[in-house]
Amino acid sequence: MIIGLPHYLTLAAVLFAISVAGIFINRKNVIVLLMCIELMLLSVNFNFVAFSRYLDDLTGQVFVFFILTVAAAEAAIGLAILVVLFRNRRSINVQEMDAMKG
Amino acid sequence: MFQGILFYGFTAVLLAAALGVIFARNPVHSVMCLVLAFFNSAALWLLIEAEFLAIVLVLVYVGAVMVLFLFVVMMLDINVEEARRGLWRYAPFGLIVAAIMVFELIQIIWYRSASLQAVAATELPESVPSNTKALGGVLYTEHVYAFELAAVVLLLAIVAAIALTMRKRPNLKAQDVARQVAVDPKDRVRIVSMEAEESS
Repeated sequence: MIIGLPHYLTLAAVLFAISVAGIFINRKNVIVLLMCIELMLLSVNFNFVAFSRYLDDLTGQVFVFFILTVAAAEAAIGLAILVVLFRNRRSINVQEMDAMKG
Repeated sequence: MFQGILFYGFTAVLLAAALGVIFARNPVHSVMCLVLAFFNSAALWLLIEAEFLAIVLVLVYVGAVMVLFLFVVMMLDINVEEARRGLWRYAPFGLIVAAIMVFELIQIIWYRSASLQAVAATELPESVPSNTKALGGVLYTEHVYAFELAAVVLLLAIVAAIALTMRKRPNLKAQDVARQVAVDPKDRVRIVSMEAEESS
């Protein structure tokens, strides 16, 4: 069996779908939502790496590098917001965040 | 053949870890499953000859970001039972949406795209000797502005995280070095000259 581009794309698709399902399922817990977003970014990175390898173009891997940078920054700021939220509300339940009546 | 066994093994562990992230009862277990998922992704990237990114994924993601997640999860006192309530109410809907997405994407990848099959059928391109060297060569010449912007983004993240979480505690007894240095003896000590008094 030869592992080709479609195998990696399928893996990325399944991973993305799992993280979408995770966002639907864990809609009360913000920290698990952040983890699901990390998983989504990972599946996107899988697509970039696979295409970069099979089309023999290194630009895809450069993009993965930048996505990793942005994801790290996003995780740091998201967790900082979460800490501030928990400090003020003593809870990270999404359904209690209704101060703006959204 | 051997590569196929490795691919399916790592894929199975990766998908199981991803399911563990979304179904784990305890957020700490979720973070641990996420670490496992990232580790297996790094192994799969090694398999596809993206060595530099695989090592970066382990060092930066597992080493820094996941530890940050773990730190925050352990620092916050999360009411697990409260967060778990109503989980199964939304599970069928989420799983149906995920199944539809997987079905459509597999349709596109495996049955509707002839060009992808053409890419898959050809031999792997001759890879350059060192992935890290080639990536550095592209990163520091062609994409150098984007690289510097990435540095600015990281700096922004540092500043934003510190600015968000820093707070003034009202009763903190801390030294104010600037005020200590700026003290002038004239403000503290008053020298009075007076006549010596006769003792009676």
